[in-house]
Amino acid sequence: MALSVTDLRVYYRTLKGDVKALDGVTFDVADGEIMGIAGESGCGKTTLGKALIRLDNRMRHAGGTVALDGEKLPIADDAAMRRHRYREVSLIPQYAMSAMNPTRKIGKMIRDLLAAHGVRYAEVLPELERRLALVGLDAEVLKRYPIELSGGMKQRVVLVLSTLLNPSLLIGDEVTSALDVSSQKAVARALVEFRDHGFVRSMVVITHDISVLFQVADTILVMYAGHLAEKAPARTIIDEPLHPYTKMLIGALPQVGDRYDEQQLSGIEGRPPSLLNPPTGCRFRDRCPLAHDRCAEAPPFREVAEGHQVACWAVS
Amino acid sequence: MRGYLARKTLVYGLTFVVAVTLNWLIPRLMPGDPVQRMVARAAVQHPETIESMTVYYERMFGLDLPIWQQYLNYWGSLFRGDLGTSVWLFPTPVSQVVLDAVPYTLGIMIPAIVLSFVIGNTVGAMAARSRWLDNVALPVGYLITAMPYMWLAILLAWGLGVALGWFPVAGGYDFGLVPQWSWSFAADLLHHWVLPFLSLFLVSLGGWAIGMRNLIIYELESDYSNYLSALGAPRRLVRRYAFRNAMLPQITGLALQLGTVLGGALVTEIVFAYPGLGKLVLSAIQNQDFFLLQGTLLFVVIGVLVANFVIDIVYVLVDPRTRTGLTGATA
Ligand SMILES: Nc1ncnc2c1ncn2[C@@H]1O[C@H](COP(=O)(O)OP(=O)(O)O)[C@@H](O)[C@H]1O
Ligand code: SF4
Ligand SMILES: [Mg+2]
Repeated sequence: MALSVTDLRVYYRTLKGDVKALDGVTFDVADGEIMGIAGESGCGKTTLGKALIRLDNRMRHAGGTVALDGEKLPIADDAAMRRHRYREVSLIPQYAMSAMNPTRKIGKMIRDLLAAHGVRYAEVLPELERRLALVGLDAEVLKRYPIELSGGMKQRVVLVLSTLLNPSLLIGDEVTSALDVSSQKAVARALVEFRDHGFVRSMVVITHDISVLFQVADTILVMYAGHLAEKAPARTIIDEPLHPYTKMLIGALPQVGDRYDEQQLSGIEGRPPSLLNPPTGCRFRDRCPLAHDRCAEAPPFREVAEGHQVACWAVS
Repeated sequence: MRGYLARKTLVYGLTFVVAVTLNWLIPRLMPGDPVQRMVARAAVQHPETIESMTVYYERMFGLDLPIWQQYLNYWGSLFRGDLGTSVWLFPTPVSQVVLDAVPYTLGIMIPAIVLSFVIGNTVGAMAARSRWLDNVALPVGYLITAMPYMWLAILLAWGLGVALGWFPVAGGYDFGLVPQWSWSFAADLLHHWVLPFLSLFLVSLGGWAIGMRNLIIYELESDYSNYLSALGAPRRLVRRYAFRNAMLPQITGLALQLGTVLGGALVTEIVFAYPGLGKLVLSAIQNQDFFLLQGTLLFVVIGVLVANFVIDIVYVLVDPRTRTGLTGATA
């Protein structure tokens, strides 16, 4: 197992109390697997992604473990975590458009970053240029400032930069959300290619655009209000979802390319519960057509078939 | 870059022309007969002198000539470096009076600007990462910055000058001394320089420090800082980038500040009777010495324009974003 997450809890400290954005999630990502994460806006996808590489100062690790290639990651210890970042876990952030220092030439910035990791720029340069070419960029971009590149170009530079030291795990948050459709396709293709070339062992791809997830992901993890709802191979999630929430999520998306965060899910009444004081039991209960007495108790996230896990009492 | 330079030069050139024109208009827009007023103010008793001064000024203003010719003549004499003759210090040429005062003004302004900028930015950058320093530097900074120039100058004059008696509170050098190249005179100059310099320096210092602190904190929370940290970059690198980027708005701030600092210098000079351009402006007004007023203001305007021009160029050299804006970004 490349990545193994066990009962992970990450809360946001706020004046009103803890926002339980990630409240006990357990899953694995296999070597070579590209796992997509789906779920409505605010369900904790970004929180999960950040928890695997760098907690911000409002986040609190409230429990659980993360292990990568059999080694436990000290996710709550910023200094100890530094050693694992970039070489083992890397990130394409949600804000890739503004991820690069605007006043430094891209090549210089990469040189600075590599030097900080004890890697000589000149040694990596041929590989860097090769990978830029792979995503359709000229090595000349290294002499440019980020502002001189289009959104799609910046996204691809960040992809190459983030994976330059061949990390075991790459987290991509909303990798394609800011791009137009043709750039989306190119970046999605590049993600798969990078995995196929072995530049990255495994990936966790978070995106609002579920059609992109169908395009790149081997498996899809569906989250709901800080909990996991279902994980299965991408085809299974599309063709035979089991969790009522997944069914609605898929059903609410008649058109490929629709973004489910920007509109109220047509098929699902109501809103997700507040994560400040979330209800006990199944968090989907208020909106679930199949809810029954047993749902007052939280359903376990259990395997119902090979590689298919669901958290729902109504699924046998 | 070339087009940018040309554009800037044009703008500054136009500003200069407008400033000179306004300057030329000053005595002409004054109510009454400026020549009579000036001669009267000169308080000369000798009838021959009055006669010659009147003739001189009439010719100087060229009031008998058509207005456009007066204007052209003004430009002509300007380029010959001829700014007329001071009434107050008759018959010293205005250019001489002004040039004598310039070193005093620059002598307090340049060190005050440079040192407050360097020290203020350094302290601000340190305050951004030290809670202890932040708690001290911030309130003190706000306090001094909020103070008007006049106030701080008076406070310093009273505290360090009158009460403690450490520094003289008036003049550029001791009234009993004759300006000369000697160690004792230099020491005396320096002694008189401290208070005017200090009041100008302190007022700017707090502003730079607070600005830098806020900018750095903002930069440290920006996306590129987070990305670098997520990729395991050490804090040193992230801070270096943040500092560099935070400097850019500070340089713009410097350009915007120049006018204020200059105004502050003029006021400070008046408080400390320091013999720079500020005191000259005051004396010129008090003595209704229009040529002197014109000449002094002209120097001030030229100074501000040149300084702003230099900063504009420096800014383009340090901030690539403005540069790409000039050549047009390639998507
Ligand atoms: N800094 C924060 N302080 C408090 N609550 C936060 C903060 N950031 C996110 N949250 C809350 O945590 C939950 C999960 O957020 P996030 O992981 O960003 O969701 P997603 O990426 O799925 O849209 C949301 O309910 C959000 O309101
Ligand atoms: S556990 Fe109950 S409420 Fe939750 S999804 Fe299943 S049926 Fe619905
Ligand atoms: Mg998100």
